[in-house]
Amino acid sequence: MTARVGVVTFPGSLDDGDAARAVRIAGAEAVRLWHGDPDLHGVDAVVLPGGFSYGDYLRCGAIARFAPVMETIVQAARGGLPVLGICNGFQILCEAHLLPGALTRNQHLHFRNRDQVLRIEATGTAWTNAFQPGQEVLVPVKNGEGCYVADAATLDRLEIQRRVVARYVGGNPNGSLRDIAAITNEAGNVVGIMPHPEHAVEALTGPSLDGLGFFTSVLKHLVGAPA
Amino acid sequence: MPRVVVDVMLKPEILDPQGQAVANALPRLGVSDVASVRIGRRIEIEFTGEPDLDRAREIADKLLANPVIEDFTVRVVNTDETAGAQS
Repeated sequence: MTARVGVVTFPGSLDDGDAARAVRIAGAEAVRLWHGDPDLHGVDAVVLPGGFSYGDYLRCGAIARFAPVMETIVQAARGGLPVLGICNGFQILCEAHLLPGALTRNQHLHFRNRDQVLRIEATGTAWTNAFQPGQEVLVPVKNGEGCYVADAATLDRLEIQRRVVARYVGGNPNGSLRDIAAITNEAGNVVGIMPHPEHAVEALTGPSLDGLGFFTSVLKHLVGAPA
Repeated sequence: MPRVVVDVMLKPEILDPQGQAVANALPRLGVSDVASVRIGRRIEIEFTGEPDLDRAREIADKLLANPVIEDFTVRVVNTDETAGAQS
């Protein structure tokens, strides 16, 4: 049976269309979810896309966290539902306390938009099992508030538990501590990533096809996961 | 009607690039005696009844501030001290 992957649209989401397309190219059915509807419509996994939910008012992701759909997603994620937060989605996952730390204004204050090399360091997660440990991938990065911060104890814990999923290589685009581009929760089902794998899934529009691995990973994970 | 003012500031150990940018611009105004600038956010809350500091603290902790990176203080002020006051 084809896996069904939900893609949430908040007011101000921008990359929900690309995320749904990436899901389809990976071979799954994309199910569009609406921020005001708490029903997940039986999806097997969820993507929180990039953009500027609720206009980035107050703090990025701070208001989206209280959207009706998020209450259900937070519960389901604690129960093991695979959730990938990309860019604004990563910010929402941190605000919802599904992931530790926070994303703050880029250290140099500039919006950074370029193709970026990442090194995949944790391949045991629901969203990265299709990669080899240490594999380098090329995906677009585009953010103004992508500087990952957490206190030293949290950073050390992430390192020791091998929860740093990806790091920036060849230049840190935003000042993120320890070059962190992506992290996961303890169970490995929730991943937040600042760059945009959904923009690197086909030759016509992306710098590579490397981003597809995140979406094929979750399909692999779902096949192996107990029903 | 008194209001509750919530001041939200980045924690001291969190880099404030906005504040740094402002500090770096001051010499262009001829100001040379400022050591550092930190930028925060001030939020004014008007309750339907009496101002409730505990409730304001709860609101600040859950939504207005992100305790991972920010500290906040709450206090009650009279309307004529707030930004929304009519002069």
